Amino acid sequence: MSLLEYALVGGILYGVFFALVALGLNLIFGVMRIINLAHGQFVLLGGYGAYLLSRDLHANPLYGIPLAMLGAIVIGIPLFTVVPRLQKSSDPEMLSFILFFGVAQMIDAVLTSVFGADQRSLPQDALGAGNVSVFGQAFPDSWWVAACASALCAFGLFLYFTRTRLGFATRAIMANREEAFATGIDVERVSAIAFIMGLALAGTAGVFVPYLLGSISPDIGNELTTTSFAVIIIGSLGNPLGTIIGGLVFGIGTLFMQTFFPSWSNLVPYALLVIIVLIKPAGLFGRSVRTA
Amino acid sequence: MTVKRPIVATAVTLIAIAAVFLIAPQIYGNRSLLLSMLTFVALAQGLNLLYGFTGYLPFGYVGFFGAGAYATSLLVLHSGIPVLGCVVLGGVTAVLVGLILGPLLRLSGAYFSIANLAASQILFNIVSNQDLSSITGGPYGLKIDKVYNLPAAYLAMLAVALIATALAAYLRFSRFGLGMRAVKQDETSAAMAGINVVRGRLIVWLLSAAIAGLAGGIYAWSLSVFYPDAVFTLQISVFAIVFALFGGVGTVVGPVLGAIVLDALYNGVGISTPQYFEFIYGGLIVLLVLFLPNGMMSLLTRRGVRVI
Repeated sequence: MSLLEYALVGGILYGVFFALVALGLNLIFGVMRIINLAHGQFVLLGGYGAYLLSRDLHANPLYGIPLAMLGAIVIGIPLFTVVPRLQKSSDPEMLSFILFFGVAQMIDAVLTSVFGADQRSLPQDALGAGNVSVFGQAFPDSWWVAACASALCAFGLFLYFTRTRLGFATRAIMANREEAFATGIDVERVSAIAFIMGLALAGTAGVFVPYLLGSISPDIGNELTTTSFAVIIIGSLGNPLGTIIGGLVFGIGTLFMQTFFPSWSNLVPYALLVIIVLIKPAGLFGRSVRTA
Repeated sequence: MTVKRPIVATAVTLIAIAAVFLIAPQIYGNRSLLLSMLTFVALAQGLNLLYGFTGYLPFGYVGFFGAGAYATSLLVLHSGIPVLGCVVLGGVTAVLVGLILGPLLRLSGAYFSIANLAASQILFNIVSNQDLSSITGGPYGLKIDKVYNLPAAYLAMLAVALIATALAAYLRFSRFGLGMRAVKQDETSAAMAGINVVRGRLIVWLLSAAIAGLAGGIYAWSLSVFYPDAVFTLQISVFAIVFALFGGVGTVVGPVLGAIVLDALYNGVGISTPQYFEFIYGGLIVLLVLFLPNGMMSLLTRRGVRVI
């Protein structure tokens, strides 16, 4: 039975981490009703930031987290100024989707020219060299650190939503943008903050990607985007706790497939996404699905 | 902008495309590069059918292309059907895949795009799976060099590009196409005006799938040896989208010109240093979305030029 326990414990760690990967996408979608198709590329930017820190400054990759937050501000503000321009057009959702697709291509190209197409990894012992065992199943320290960091981020976001005025305003905008505006909430400012937080969460997740996936390379960006999308669809949009559940379903599903049917494990996120979208689109998507 | 004589305009467009691509091999020797350009003319036009006239942007468009390529190749290997018949059946396979994925059309804009992308990844993962090597060749791909005939494949691809363009013209000028554009603008009002929304959308979706399937089959025929990545790479979807957007979706000639201009640019600068090209077209998409959401053709229509 040890294989089963391995898949279960590993799946939980993997899943909690992927909840963090998807959290930023969920936040930006919830507040701005746009899909950040460059999400996976922003995750990669965080990962490469940590890689640079550890290669050139021999710093601990964890310093990549504040770097990711700084990067989110630097990249997020100019990007955010562009998006409202689209809101005036005939089909803002689709146009912003395509816009971020272009941004994703540009980030891909920059990453490939700067770092090359090779896979890069971070020093294994930077987050602790040992293993932590649960139920007799040993997983590297880095997996535990990543899962704990993810849980902390989700908890932090939960506190932000339930304890701060900005968090209340953010939830109001998620529920109804027009009414939030009518009650005097500075929709633009709150949206900008949520947008930057989403990017910062993506970058933070990126710091741990080299540990969980073994390495990073520019070509996994789109895969990260689709996986994140699957995770937020399995959970529910706009709710950080839902994303955790989505992550757990995805993580446990993936590790089970990797353990028992390894050649089919790549299918997990895509199959989950299509199945859930087809079986229960309205319940999981809320208002955004057509009934025709 | 109304075009006075749609049939004449369409015929002139089709003849012009045929003439350019029949003369081009006499001037420029590299026929496989020209064939890949024609492939993207067909794909950009096929994508235009769906995106330009229904507003659904299929990110997994390459799934149909790959399905067509694999169905054609497997038929060539395991049946005695002549290669053109295999290509046609490749197109039929893509239509069947389209039927299976039909329920995706229930989703709105961006969800549809991502679910479609996931569906194409599922196809890719099945086809390239190690465990199915005995059937699909798995990650080692397929080899159909027995039937290799580049000039014939070139003509067949030209035919597909022309069919796709004719279909675009049909959607541009027919009553059916007008109905679909009404659906794109306002689904509920169009349905109340008596347009069968679901059926019309499904028809366009299947037509678009057929074009990609046929193009995929002929592309496989022209390559003769290929790995699954070659016919399932997301880059194929991406190029089709960018080329169609650049030219102008919803028009007949836009995607054709977009594909010709950008594919030539790609062959000029892109093959040696693909990341520069990727950066350029990423930037191009951003600029197009911000300043020219209707593509290059809108530069003409804004000045009152009648464009089909």
